[in-house]
Amino acid sequence: MAQVTLRKIVKEYEGGVQAVKGIDLDIDDHEFVVLVGPSGCGKSTTLRMIAGLEEITSGDIAIGGSIVNDIPPRDRDIAMVFQNYALYPHMTVFENMAFGLTLRKFPKEEIKRRVDNAARILDIGTLLERKPKALSGGQRQRVAMGRAIVRDPKVFLFDEPLSNLDAKLRVQMRTEIKKVHQTVRTTTVYVTHDQVEAMTLADRVVVMNHGVIEQVGPPTELYHHPVTKFVAGFIGSPAMNFIPGRLVNGGAALNVVLPDGITLPVPAERAGRYAAHAGREILFGIRPEHLTEIRPNDHRPHLAAFEAAPEVVEPMGMETLLHFWMQGNEICARVDPATPAEPGVKQTLAADMSQMHLIDPQTEKVL
Amino acid sequence: MSGASFATGGATASATYQKVGSIRAERRRVLIGAYIALAVFVVFFLLPPVYMLITSLKSSAEIADLSGNPWIVTRPTLQNYWELLTEGNYLLHFRNSIIVTACVVAITMVISILAAFSLSRMRFWGSGVLATGVFLTYLVPETLLFIPLFQIIGGIGMYNNLWAMVLIYPTLTVPFCTWIMIGYFSSIPKELDEAALIDGANHFQMLWKIFIPVALPGILAATIFAFTVSWAQFLYPMAFLVSSEQMVLTTGIVSDLIRGDTFVWGKIMAGALMAALPPLLVYAFLMDYYIAGLTAGATKG
Repeated sequence: MAQVTLRKIVKEYEGGVQAVKGIDLDIDDHEFVVLVGPSGCGKSTTLRMIAGLEEITSGDIAIGGSIVNDIPPRDRDIAMVFQNYALYPHMTVFENMAFGLTLRKFPKEEIKRRVDNAARILDIGTLLERKPKALSGGQRQRVAMGRAIVRDPKVFLFDEPLSNLDAKLRVQMRTEIKKVHQTVRTTTVYVTHDQVEAMTLADRVVVMNHGVIEQVGPPTELYHHPVTKFVAGFIGSPAMNFIPGRLVNGGAALNVVLPDGITLPVPAERAGRYAAHAGREILFGIRPEHLTEIRPNDHRPHLAAFEAAPEVVEPMGMETLLHFWMQGNEICARVDPATPAEPGVKQTLAADMSQMHLIDPQTEKVL
Repeated sequence: MSGASFATGGATASATYQKVGSIRAERRRVLIGAYIALAVFVVFFLLPPVYMLITSLKSSAEIADLSGNPWIVTRPTLQNYWELLTEGNYLLHFRNSIIVTACVVAITMVISILAAFSLSRMRFWGSGVLATGVFLTYLVPETLLFIPLFQIIGGIGMYNNLWAMVLIYPTLTVPFCTWIMIGYFSSIPKELDEAALIDGANHFQMLWKIFIPVALPGILAATIFAFTVSWAQFLYPMAFLVSSEQMVLTTGIVSDLIRGDTFVWGKIMAGALMAALPPLLVYAFLMDYYIAGLTAGATKG
């Protein structure tokens, strides 16, 4: 059990390429933190630096209050689960899980007690005598987690552990990981490129891009209050729509004017925040789930209706996605499946303006 | 091996898929071609040993008799074998060969496993060049090396000494074995060592508990190679060993059983056949493990 602290961590490879550009992060005891971002954003490198598998170019990493910069992985008291499981192919499941304890010269009974306990948590008690090649992907993943659990380390590190599983198993194992964390409460750092995994698992999500942290916060905060265009577009699926427009002072209220001449009023309570930007080019951001059909008895305030003809209609069962183009920008709306929708036929949609975001196109910061 | 599995595969396929005539016909053509090629191969390589066996069972008188068919033994005798095993230095040569080979295989495997582990896993200055260099030394023919080696062996006073062979043979075996092992070690996923490092292993434990067991098929292949090379080595013992009691089998048979222009054919054949047995046994013994290891590695463990 421990906090993990990163201070001005830089990772520079030979040739001057910076994978991580000076990040600061505080992870609390028992916390489940997910590092998420596109490939090449530095998330895996950051995790590997915490593990001690990569040297840090500059900065400090502390685990449980002591700086571990020059401490080898085996003495950092961490356990790691790899994307390809990295099970030892010549050992049985029991031996795989016991390996770390055997090296640390734990007594036999203690090893057995711990392995049995982990096997019970992960429901792999019947597999202990098997070799990894006789296991399915999901079972291998469990064994890899078991190997981490038996060590009872200060920190769990997960490096894209679910990427090799099929979609159904991934969802199942995601729940499993969350359950395990709720049971053992070990501080966890988890790396993924999948924002759904990040949202569902994390106490706090760290969104990384190009070697820097874009935003840190609980999942709902990232969803509702992204601070940059990158975070706004990365979190949520389908991704947020971005439409270039102009913020116009329309006398009593501010309006967002979109390329097709569509004018959407900015809610009055947010007018103050945007007043300084009146008359400027802005990027209008709104999530598909906030572009809907007009519902009967719709009590949502700040609905702004506009007309659009979808080019593609995608029924998903629980909802229908409408794709239309506005001056070269693809827009996605999420409507009720009962809504009549035909490709090419104009229909009225409503933008929930209380959920919109305005972004400065230069700085890409959310205003 | 592959011919046999091909044949059964073809038989079931043709039984199940009666209608796909063209594929069947093509498979049949391929099979026939394969069998012809294999037959030629088998005849070409097995006739000499068979002829050796026949000759070894003949008495000297029968070998010298030019009237009969050389492929037929009229009065088979084990006299050649008996004399080899009871008189002369044959057993001593056999023992010498075993000593040299066992030592060389052991030395080779220790050096090449350690070298391959460091060259494939520990990045250090010049490791890439060194790995290529190791292989390049293998390309230098021994016929080019034995004269300078003669100087060295003479200089350290080991001329006509069996143990000089233990010193020299690894120059032939280590480079190639290291090269094979580098390939095997490189195929072990990096995450496996990282997992071991995090689990608390140091580099030696990582090598001993992870790399060697996982790369066992490669280690066996390298062992077989080292064994074959040192067992069959002819040039170096020929150049550096002169007295019969220091000799190994390859040169011992030639120097003891050929007197001037008198070839003791029966004994030469018997001696050579018996000398070929240990490699055969090693192959048969290790091959089972070797193939089991190969297939285990193939199914993405």
